[in-house]
This record gives sequence, C-alpha cells and structure tokens, in this order.
Amino acid sequence: MEKAIKRYFPIFVLPTLIAFIIGFIVPFIYGVYLSFCRFTTVTDARFIGLVNYTKIFSDHVFMHAMWFTALFTIVTVILINVLGFFAALLLTKKIRGRNIFRTVFFMPNLIGGIILGYVWMLLLNGVLAQFGRTLTYSSVYGFWGLVILLCWQQIGYMMIIYIAGIQNIPGELMEAAQIDGATSGQILKHVTLPMVMPSITICTFLTLTNGFKLFDQNLALTNGAPSRMSEMLALNIYNTFYGRSGYEGVGQAKAVVFFILVAVIAIVQNRLTRQKEIQQ
Amino acid sequence: MKRKNQWIAISLTIIMAASLFAGCGKNNAGNNGTGNNQGNDKEASGKVYYLNFKPEQADQWKDLAEDYTKETGVPVDVQTAASGTYEAQLKSEMAKNEAPTLFQVNGPAGLKNWKDYCYDLKDSDVYKKLKSDDFALKEGDAVLGVAYVIETYGLIYNRDILEEYFAMDDSEIKSLDQLNNFQALKKVADGIQAHKEQLGVEGAFTSAGMDSSSDWRFKTHLANIPIYYEYKQDGITSTEAIKGTYLDNYKQIFDLYITDSTCDPGMISSKTGEDAASEFALGEAVFYQNGTWAYNDIKDNEVEDQDMGMLPIYIGVEGEENQGLCTGSENYWCVNKNASKENIKATLDFLNWVISSDEGRETLSEDMGFITPFTTFEDYLPENPLVKAGNEYTEAGKTPVSWNFTTMPSENWKNGVGNALLEYAQGTGSWDAVKTAFVDRWAEEYKAANGQ
Repeated sequence: MEKAIKRYFPIFVLPTLIAFIIGFIVPFIYGVYLSFCRFTTVTDARFIGLVNYTKIFSDHVFMHAMWFTALFTIVTVILINVLGFFAALLLTKKIRGRNIFRTVFFMPNLIGGIILGYVWMLLLNGVLAQFGRTLTYSSVYGFWGLVILLCWQQIGYMMIIYIAGIQNIPGELMEAAQIDGATSGQILKHVTLPMVMPSITICTFLTLTNGFKLFDQNLALTNGAPSRMSEMLALNIYNTFYGRSGYEGVGQAKAVVFFILVAVIAIVQNRLTRQKEIQQ
Repeated sequence: MKRKNQWIAISLTIIMAASLFAGCGKNNAGNNGTGNNQGNDKEASGKVYYLNFKPEQADQWKDLAEDYTKETGVPVDVQTAASGTYEAQLKSEMAKNEAPTLFQVNGPAGLKNWKDYCYDLKDSDVYKKLKSDDFALKEGDAVLGVAYVIETYGLIYNRDILEEYFAMDDSEIKSLDQLNNFQALKKVADGIQAHKEQLGVEGAFTSAGMDSSSDWRFKTHLANIPIYYEYKQDGITSTEAIKGTYLDNYKQIFDLYITDSTCDPGMISSKTGEDAASEFALGEAVFYQNGTWAYNDIKDNEVEDQDMGMLPIYIGVEGEENQGLCTGSENYWCVNKNASKENIKATLDFLNWVISSDEGRETLSEDMGFITPFTTFEDYLPENPLVKAGNEYTEAGKTPVSWNFTTMPSENWKNGVGNALLEYAQGTGSWDAVKTAFVDRWAEEYKAANGQ
C-alpha cells in the first residue's frame, strides 16, 4: 500500500504542488524581496535594504490601524463564536423547520464582501440618517458597523461547523450524563464543550485570521473614513502601496510584518486550544 | 476490481491535469493566432492599449477605438479606471507584460512617479500639433507628456432659478453683473437658502460631498484658489513651503458651501459626486462647483442647456471682480517607453489620428465636449454650454485662474487636507487642523516627494 502511494505521488500531488508554488511560494518570496526594494512597478525594483522597515514604525496611521484591528478582532472572535455556538445548540434541538433556519443563517456567507459592504453601508446609513449622522462620521460608527457586518456574515458559517461538532458527540455520553442526573448547564459545561473543542479550535482560528485579514468589507463599508481612523491593517497596506508614490516598498514591508503577526497569533492560538482538546 | 478502480483513478487524474494545462495552452494559442492574423492583414503591426483616466468619457473612447480598428486594423484596447483608482490601476497594469502603451499623468507631481516610463515625444506629430509649449510636460529638452484637453471649472449655476431669485422683492443683488465678488455671492446664497421653499430648491449649493468621488472638488480644486492668490502675491509658480496667506478666504467659501447647502454638514462624509450632480441636474440646488467635464453628467435632465452658466469662485480677495474661471489642464498623455517599437509607433499613429482625422476631432469636441490645445481643432468647438461660459469670461477680459494644484506636493497632502476639511465641517475637528494639514504638511510632503 505504502509503495503504491509513493508510486502515485507525482500524479496526485504534483499538480497541486505546482499550483501552490506558482500561486503562493513564488509570489511570497518575491514579495519579501520587494520589501527591501524601492520601486514603482514590481518589475523595476532596486534593492535598498532595511529603509522601508524603519519607515513603518514611525507611521502612526499604521500603528492606529494595528490597535483598531486588534480590538476589532477580539470583539468579533468573541461575538461570532458565542453567537454561532448558541445558534448551533439551538438548531441541533428538535425544532420545526431547523433545516430552513440553518440554510438561512448560512446564506450571508455566500455573498461577496464588497457587495455586503455596500449593502450594509446603505442600510446603516439609512438608519443613522435619522439622527443626522453617517457611518463615516466617526470611527466608532465604522467600528460597530464592521462588527455587525462581519457577525452577520460569519455566524452562520461557524454555526455549521459547531453543528457538525455537536452532532458528532456520541448519544451514549449525553444519555449517561442525563441518567447520572446532570442538569443541562452541567451537560453543556462538562460534556458538550469539551467534546466540540476541535470545532472551537477551527472556528477561533478562522475568525481570528478573518478579523485580521479583513479587507473588502472595510473597503466597501467605510474605506477608512474619516481621516483613515477606521482603516484596518490590510486596507492600510493597500493604501500605502497604491495610494502613495514612493511608498510601494513600505507597503510591501508592512505586508511582511503583517504576515508574521498573523502567523504568530494563529500558531499561539492553535497551540492553546489544541491543548484543551480531548481524545474521544 | 481493484485494478479497474486504479485505472479509473489514473485516467481521471490525467484528464484533470490535462484540462488544467489545456486551459492555459488554449489561451496562448488563441493569442498567438490573433497576433499572426494581424501580421498578415496589415503591414503595420503593433497594438495600442490606452488606460483612460476619465470615467465620464469611457464609452466615447471605446467607440472611437473601434472606429480606428475598423479603419486601420490596428487593435486598440481602452480600459478606464474607476474614479479615484487610476494610480492604483496604472501601477498594476504597468507591471504586466502587456502594459498600457498610452497612459496619463496629472501634471508635474504625477510625472515624478512615472517619468522613467515616459517616451520622449519631441518628434511626434501629437507634440508638433500643440498650440504652445505651455501644454507640454517637459523635463529638460525631453517632452514627456502632452496635454490633450483644456478644462475650466467654477461655480456652475442654474440661471432660471437665479433669475427667479433676482426678481424677488427682498433680494439685494438684482443681476448677474452684480454677482462679481464674495460678498455678493454670500448675499445671494443666503437669500436663496432663506427662500428655498418659494424657489422650490433644497439649498443654494449642492451637497459638499466628501466621499472620494467628490472630495477632490474641495481639497484640490477649491484649494487651488487660495494657492493661486498666494503665488500671485509672491510672484512664484510653485513653492516648497506654502504660507497659507489666503486660508481665511478658503474657510469663508467652504463655510458658505456647507451652510447654504442641500444637506446637513453631518451627512457630507458619505455624499458622493453623483449626489451633487443629480441635485444640480434635477434643479434642487442652484450652485454646483465643478467643471466643463461635468456637462455629460448633468445634461438632458431638468436643467436646460441655456440655463447652465458658470461663475468664477469668489473667495473674498481684493480685486476679484476681474477674476475669471479656473482654466488649465491636468490630463497629459504619456507613451510607455518600455513598450515594443511597433506598439509605440502604433500608439503615436493612433494619437495623431485622434487629433487630426474627422472622426477623432468630432468625437473629442462634440461627444466628449473637450477644448483641446491642438492646432488641428480650429473648426471643432464643443457644444458644451459650460465651455461657452468659460469663453465669455475670457472675451470679457477677465483673468483666468491658472491650475496651480498640479504643484501640490503629493496625493497624501490632498488627502490630509480633505480629511481635515471633513472633520471641520462635521464639527469633530477644528479649522486649525485644516491649517496644519495645509501649511505644515505641505513642507513635509514636499521634502518626502523630492528628498530622495
């Protein structure tokens, strides 16, 4: 069997591997190289060393974007996971039309971020107009607008993962707990939660990285306004690269820093939640 | 059975992989095929790729390109960047193998970034047919860009409603002739605002939208006027540090825009250029700060062509009775130096055709409504009423205001001013922040842009 796998390795893995190299490895390495260069278009880069990196940390807009993004991620990770989990709990109970509810909750996820952003911009501006305000009046509105948007989009998706996790819990466990006289709160805490830990790992990972990498929704909903105060990291990088001549390399350097940041956070998170997983 | 499964798996994999590569292969074959065909059809090979800056004229450029291809067989591809994204699109397009052969820069500040890509146009027909060297972007002897349209902006007004206001009993200003300074403009605007129900309008000025589709009207075009007067007073044409002598006047006019407006200042952060255009076109506002290019967006609506006029933007500087409209250009054609020889030649031929053939001249002047700086356009003047209004001021001996915003140090500077203006208008920031963004940032940005 092992021999067979080895023999067919090229057929199964090679196409994906080639695609992965062309689509990911090469641009990634090239991108890191560009962060040490000064350039107008990516084909005429000139090596200048660490200059770009020194410019990053004196850029207070970038620093603001960093805190803004961190805060945003914390809020959305908690909200999406808690709400998604409870929606899943609810929709694994025997409720009439639960399949319809599952579908409906999942559907926002099928709409692209840019469209969602514009739709929510119209909706939220319509509400705020009653008070003589708009979404881009201050970054507080932008922040909560983005939170609402992302929750609406992702709760359904995370809910599906949690539903799968909950359905995987063996019925005997639940029964045993009930026979032993556990209350539903105790079952939730001591049976359900530990058993869906793998789902929690995946969902926190997804929401955490999604929060950090959020771009299209940010672009469509507020585009950083007012005064770039609602600009998140990804949008800040984009604006540095495209919005300011002579700063293409700085944008690239920010992207590298951004990558390291997201990678470190994701690895730490993965370690932490993995430890809590139990063997079934 | 096992063997059979294996075979199925292998053949499926092969089909999948093959279709993947076939997909790429087909494309290449297709491209090569068309390339060869063109080679056979015509002596002149090469093709033109124009990255157009003006969304208002996107369709007309496409039609013109098709006509040219029909006539000569040379393929012309026209792409238009969405409003406010030109630099971003240009940057990514230029890195491609099939880069634009024809692109635009917006004056000296824009040229700084792209001069290494600009083909020297000094031997080209399109440069030779320019009326004067004032319309070329030069670096030493090299001609790197050629302006193709001269534009004018000011306060577009609705004559019909304005006359109606002049006829009112309590209006202090009784005719357009009296409306020739800031005080008069303020009286008229305040008067219209006070009588808006009677006049059937929502406000005197269209919404001063600070969305990116509209904020350039204030952070760039309106800011030009205080800069113009400062340069004039100091006798200079550009500077590395602005003093902000006329910033109080800038505040004065901006205050007027946001007070006598169709909307509350708290709402302007999300008002777009389309909002302002439609408010004017539907007769909901009397004044609309914009230029000749806006005609396409406001024509054929409620406001008749003969009711459209344009006033100079008065900001309360002494002697402004003689001030004309703001006239200049920030649209320069540049040819990509790195394109192949055939493509450069094809591009130059195309440009020459655009400015000398009948179709080209008709499209530019009539359909697009441009005044061009070329000698070939003597008999081709646009029907655009806003252009006519501009000419009237020049004929009346008023001094046109030049476009000094091309000397603004960077896009970043403009954005800073725009953000500060918005916060000031909303009441979340002070006018001092605008001053800082205007004066202090100018020097910083100038250094950053020219220091390296």
